[in-house]
Amino acid sequence: MGEELIDDLLDGQHRALARVITKIENRSPGYRDLVRELHQHTGDAEVVGVTGSPGAGKSTLVDKMAAEYRERGLTVGVIAIDPSSPFTGGAVLGDRIRMASNVGDMDVFFRSMSARGQLGGVSTATTDAVKALDAFGKDRIIVETVGAGQNEIDIVRTADTVAVLVPPSSGDDVQMLKAGILEIGDVFVVNKADLDGADRTVSELKEMIMMRDASPAAGTGGYHGAGTDASGHHGPDEGGTAESEPDPTAEVTGPGSAGTPGSPTDQGGPVDTDEGEAWVPPVVQTVANTGEGVENFLGTLADHRSFLERSGQLEVKARKRYAEEIRRLLREDTRALLERELEAQGGIESFVEEVMGRESDPYTVADEVVQPLRDCLDDPDDE
Amino acid sequence: MSTEQEPEQRTIRCLVAKVGLDGHDRGAHVIARAFRDAGFEVIYSGLHKAPDEIVQAAVQEDVDVLGISILSGAHNTLVPKIVEGLKEYGAFEDTLIIVGGIIPEDDRPGLREAGVAEIFGPGASMQETIDFVRENARER
Repeated sequence: MGEELIDDLLDGQHRALARVITKIENRSPGYRDLVRELHQHTGDAEVVGVTGSPGAGKSTLVDKMAAEYRERGLTVGVIAIDPSSPFTGGAVLGDRIRMASNVGDMDVFFRSMSARGQLGGVSTATTDAVKALDAFGKDRIIVETVGAGQNEIDIVRTADTVAVLVPPSSGDDVQMLKAGILEIGDVFVVNKADLDGADRTVSELKEMIMMRDASPAAGTGGYHGAGTDASGHHGPDEGGTAESEPDPTAEVTGPGSAGTPGSPTDQGGPVDTDEGEAWVPPVVQTVANTGEGVENFLGTLADHRSFLERSGQLEVKARKRYAEEIRRLLREDTRALLERELEAQGGIESFVEEVMGRESDPYTVADEVVQPLRDCLDDPDDE
Repeated sequence: MSTEQEPEQRTIRCLVAKVGLDGHDRGAHVIARAFRDAGFEVIYSGLHKAPDEIVQAAVQEDVDVLGISILSGAHNTLVPKIVEGLKEYGAFEDTLIIVGGIIPEDDRPGLREAGVAEIFGPGASMQETIDFVRENARER
C-alpha cells in the first residue's frame, strides 16, 4: 500500500501527497518506510523559512510570495505550523484564511500543521513533510511558523534561507528578536512598511545585525550607519540615525578591522572578507497586503540562494541538517526504547514512589533503567 | 502533559467551511471552537468561499471531516458541486461530509443522496455533532 501511495505521489496526485503528509503527522505505522522512499527523490526544491512575531503578517506575505512564484511559472508548497495548540490536543489552524491569492490553484499546495504537543515532534514532522513536497516536485517550499521559541527555530532551520518578519515600530519586538531569532535570519523583512515607524525599525534592525556580525566569531562586516532601504518608502529623516559618509566606493570592501563593524554595504547581501564571501542579512520592506516589495523580497531570497551555492554554504548547511536529523531520530528512537524499558522495570510510578520514600533517587533510577542498554553497548567505562 | 504518543489515538482533522454569499459565521465559529475543545484539529476556511476553494482545502489538508455551514439557501447547488470536486480528486470516499445550517426538510433527502452524511439544523446540540463525527469519521 505504501508503495502505491509513493508512486501516486511521484505521479503528481495531490491526494497522495496529502495522505503521505497525514501519515507523517500521525506517525502512522509504516510512515518511516514512506519517508525512506521519498528521500532519494528530494533535493531539487528551494526551501524558504518564514517566521516572526504573531501579527507580523506572515500568512499574508506567504500568500503573496506563492502568487508571485506562480506568476513565474513555479510550483509552490507551503507548510504552515501553528505551535500554539492548547491542552485538549485540539487546535484551530487559521493561516489558510489568508491564502486568498491562490484560490483554486492546486499548484500551490498549502498544508496546516499543529504541534500536537510532542517535544521535538514538529521538527521531525516538518522535515519529513518538506521531503514529501520536494519529492512531489514543488519548485519552492515555504515553511511558515511563529517565531516564539526553540521549537520554532528548529522548524525554520529545515530551510536553506530564513526570512524573519518584523512589524514596524515595534521596539519591543525588535528587543525580542535578540532572544535567538536574530541569529537565524538570512533576510529581515519589515512588513507593513506603509505604517509609521517602518524606517526606524529598519534602522534598528540594521544596527542589531551589525552588532551581531561584529562579534569575533562572525568575522564579517556589517552595516555602517543605517540608511534607508533599497525599496525605501519614506525619507531617511525619521530614524534618528545619521546618514554618515555616503561613500559610493564603500559598497563592498574588505573586512573592517576587528571591532570596527563599519565596513561594507548599506543594503546587506554578499560581502568579501578574508575568509571568503560572507553574507550580511539585508533588511527589506514589504506591504504584504498590496504585494508591494514582494518582488524585491523574492529577489533578495534568490540572491541569498546564489550566495549559498557559490560559497559552498548550501552543502555545508545540508550536511549539518542531515547530521541534526539523524541525531534527532536517534534521540526519539532511544527515548522510545527507554520508555519500553521503563515499563518493563515496573513503570514510572513505582520509581517515583521509591524516590518519594527516599529509598532511591532520580539518578539511581536513571542508571538502573539505562543499564540494559549500556550492557548491550559493552561500555568499558562501566565495568 | 502526557508526552507519550499513542499511535492508536488518531487526531481527527476537520475543515469548517463557509460557502457562498451569506456572511453569517457565528455558527461556524462556535462549531470550530467546540471541535477544537473536543480535541480535533480544525481548519477554518473563512467566509464567502467558492466550492472550488473548499475542495482545494479539503484535499490538501486531508481532512477526515468536512463541515459545511450554509445559511444562504443555495445548498442545493453548492453542496453537489463540492461533492463533485472531491470525487475528482478521489477524496470523496473517505471524507465525512456534514452540513449545518437551515435546510428545509424537503431538501434533505436530496443532499443525503448527493453524499452528505448528516444535517444538523439549528436545534442540534454540539455534543450530538461531536459524537456523530467521532463515530463516523472514516477509517483510513
